Amino acid sequence: MSFQTIDLFTLLPELVILITACTVLVADLYLPADRKDLNQLISFVGLVLAIGAVGLVGSSYGAESTLAFGSAFVRDPMSDLLKVVVLVVTLLAFAYSARYLRDRDMWVGEFHVLVLFSLLGILIMISANGFLSLYLGLELLALCLYALVAFNRDSSSGAEAAMKYFVLGALGSGMLLYGISMLYGATGHLDFPAIAEAIGAEASDDRILIFGLVFVIIGIGFKFGAVPFHMWIPDVYQGAPAPVALFLSSAPKVAAFAMAARVLLDALPALAQQSSEILIILSVLSMTIGNVVAIAQSNIKRMLGYSTISHVGFIFLGLLAGTQGGYAAAMFYAVVYALMAAGAFGVLVMMSHKGFEAEQLEDLKGLSDRDPWLAAMMTLVMFSMAGVPPLVGFMAKLLVLEAVIDVGMVWLALIAVALSIVGAFYYLRVVKMIYFDKPVLEAPIDGSRDARIAVSLNGLSMLALGMFPAALLGLCERAFFG
Amino acid sequence: MLPQFPWLSLVIWLPIIGGFAVIANGDKAAEFTKRLALVVAVLAFVVSLPLWFLFDSSTADMQFVERASWIPAIKVEYFLGVDGISMPLILLTTFITIFVIIAGWEVITYRPSYYMGAFLIMEGIMVGVFSALDAILFYFFWEAMLIPMFIIIGVWGGPNRVYATIKFFLYTFFGSVFMLIALIYMFFQADSFSILDFHGLQLGMSAQVLIFIAFLLAFAVKVPMFPVHTWLPDAHVEAPTGGSVILAAIMLKIGGYGFLRFSLPITPDASAELDWLIITLSLIAVIYIGLVALVQQDMKKLIAYSSIAHMGFVTLGFFVVFAIVRHTGSAEGAVMGIEGGMVQMISHGFISGALFLCVGVLYDRMHSRQIADYGGVINTMPWFGAFVVFFAMANAGLPGTSGFVGEFMVVLAAFRADFWYALLAATTLILAAAFTLWMVKRVIFGPVGNDQVAALKDLDRRETLNLGVLAAATLAIGLWPKPLVDVMAPSIEHLVQQVQVSKLPPLADGSATVTQVALPTAAAAE
Repeated sequence: MSFQTIDLFTLLPELVILITACTVLVADLYLPADRKDLNQLISFVGLVLAIGAVGLVGSSYGAESTLAFGSAFVRDPMSDLLKVVVLVVTLLAFAYSARYLRDRDMWVGEFHVLVLFSLLGILIMISANGFLSLYLGLELLALCLYALVAFNRDSSSGAEAAMKYFVLGALGSGMLLYGISMLYGATGHLDFPAIAEAIGAEASDDRILIFGLVFVIIGIGFKFGAVPFHMWIPDVYQGAPAPVALFLSSAPKVAAFAMAARVLLDALPALAQQSSEILIILSVLSMTIGNVVAIAQSNIKRMLGYSTISHVGFIFLGLLAGTQGGYAAAMFYAVVYALMAAGAFGVLVMMSHKGFEAEQLEDLKGLSDRDPWLAAMMTLVMFSMAGVPPLVGFMAKLLVLEAVIDVGMVWLALIAVALSIVGAFYYLRVVKMIYFDKPVLEAPIDGSRDARIAVSLNGLSMLALGMFPAALLGLCERAFFG
Repeated sequence: MLPQFPWLSLVIWLPIIGGFAVIANGDKAAEFTKRLALVVAVLAFVVSLPLWFLFDSSTADMQFVERASWIPAIKVEYFLGVDGISMPLILLTTFITIFVIIAGWEVITYRPSYYMGAFLIMEGIMVGVFSALDAILFYFFWEAMLIPMFIIIGVWGGPNRVYATIKFFLYTFFGSVFMLIALIYMFFQADSFSILDFHGLQLGMSAQVLIFIAFLLAFAVKVPMFPVHTWLPDAHVEAPTGGSVILAAIMLKIGGYGFLRFSLPITPDASAELDWLIITLSLIAVIYIGLVALVQQDMKKLIAYSSIAHMGFVTLGFFVVFAIVRHTGSAEGAVMGIEGGMVQMISHGFISGALFLCVGVLYDRMHSRQIADYGGVINTMPWFGAFVVFFAMANAGLPGTSGFVGEFMVVLAAFRADFWYALLAATTLILAAAFTLWMVKRVIFGPVGNDQVAALKDLDRRETLNLGVLAAATLAIGLWPKPLVDVMAPSIEHLVQQVQVSKLPPLADGSATVTQVALPTAAAAE
């Protein structure tokens, strides 16, 4: 394997994030407690540079996919778009979190370092061209997230959540590794294109391959949080500090999508039929359990957790269609979902203040009287999650429904829309709390400039992308139609 | 004539942008904000007038067409256009919104800017529904309508508003998502989301029936038809006056419009096959809901049930077409049935809007909608009493008012189809007279009911203007419906021709499918 400079250029975004993380790690040592804002500044600069780097690398290679590090790493239009999305979401997460962390003595460099390293893991996953690099990225992400969930050392619920997350995450990783070993045993390769080539074009009934596929999909299901591998989601969302839940619910889902797309499309296209059958079950279960159980929640973080599960079901609709349009639709949905989740948790982060966590549905009561703008943004996010036009959530649902109807599964589309009616109820309940009820809390709402800008961009993007989805959709289609 | 000028876009986006401007203006300078809202509403009406004056009523083609690519990846277009069916409804929308704004002028004290902004945004969205010719664009506007209405009922509504508004939202949402599936399904058949392409699409019988049912769910909830009407009384009772007016005058019409734009032309064979279902439900609405209206204690509820009964008439007029053709072998009376339904929709827009405004007038003064709390209002409010009697008569279908024209046409058409349809439908003339006039008798006439009634003040200038203009419109259509009917005629004749052509795919041997729905005049119509 020759180690050329060109390899490093392809990796520019990852390198920028790595350098930023290390810079923060070192700088934090020398920063006095009242100057920790500098960490935030360095992170912002690093993220913006990384976005620029993605653009630079993307524009210099164009639509061709580029391999680096032998063939362990791939850059293509899909990875470009997904990287920009996770970088933007991370930027939003930092912007939302500053006051929350300051109020709780968590305003230390480690937060930025851990988030940046998990971001690095996500970037590697997105660009993984083989199971080895995929697994490396995945573990880097997961280990940082375990630590982040327990970031509030004094919180017992945080520690409990981290423990659950760790145990279940390790189980998921174990399943995934087991599946990978099966596939490796059957084909003798770890790189996705090589596996695809070894299996051949003909769908194979090879037991070992099917076995491997099942376990790999279980691993994917764990990372997404699809039913029946969803147990960790509500507990972790509830126990983690709100900014961590924000990050956890948005960016890693994009990574999980990339993982699913690469494994199913690049490595195992010959098993499309079988994977589709498994995904149908996961999808229907996720949409059902997610939407129905969310109704019973009084804790909004748990509610958003179950809502995540239902959205994962919708993302799977696009994946299981197995067509290029289906993958593009699922990608669109994953991107949109990351933005919606960031917005919803962002509002919760902004409403929390020293000694008070906004996490009950009741806490949202009368938000429109306390802060009309924040209320309007939360409403946009909620209607978007419910899939009501003109918000982008509708476009995302429309695209995945189109994908499944395209392959003749009208019955599945009917189930999906029926469950989205169930889902509409609990999103509406949030809007009801915001607009129709009188406030029970009088506490001030985060007025910091960064968070305000973040929430405004985030909320208005729901409207803007919903009314003009063509550009984003075009990018998603480019990733799969070549 | 300026065919290139985007009149429709202007009528859609002017009120929406204006509505956001009104909201942005806030409530600090409330008087200015209200004036701004009124200016926007009047401007929107003015720019919608060219649709009438520049309309070419000699053709059934779409006019004022605007077509641009919107989401190229899935072939969704920004495709607008109107024909004789949608154009009058657009004018109704822009016209009624002015009165909604005026009616909220002094009554709404909590955040008037949001209230008026929401109605202006609603107005633009509803015009969008009537003018969209791309199925996804239509669905986009159709669903977007729910958000402002949800907020309007929930924020400014009565004591039980939360229940009513969530019920309203979920009912309509439930109805429409299945329509979305049908639209996507047809996209894969037609490779286009254009509604006009859907019209020309050949579909097998089972597909047609399923699509018809999906449409039926969406439109029946909106109209609303028995038995999915239960959201309407709740929503009406709890909504603020303006909300009730918009609901009754325009939103219900969107359901009726949907039948004409989607169900009939896209699934004519299924419509013919299942017309008995719609006719039965319509007759149940007319008779049973009419009886239910009779026993209401709450004025708004009574008018809400009366709306359902009148909309039953509309759907009867639309679907009696097939029975006429089957019975008489010619489509002569069919045009009259649909025209009658359309006239009834427009007329009901004025009359029910006015009746809700009347209840609003009383409610603003006494904060009660119970019939029992009133009595002898005419003694203290003679002008108001005169208006109420007039609109009640119109609601009961008195000749000379617009209420009569539509009902008469539908009954005439029903006669051609089946004597019993006509007989049952005509009972509405008795029932409507019974429930409206009985309410008028108890509220308006008789001795002064109590001290509060004795202290009532008659209409102020604003209210007189509102009711006066609506009364004039009701009379105008009642006395001289010709211009309205003429505008609609070519489009409706075209529609009637369309529904007589079977859309079942030809059989393998190349001959046209012959079933009981392949109507005798199909060849002649072509």
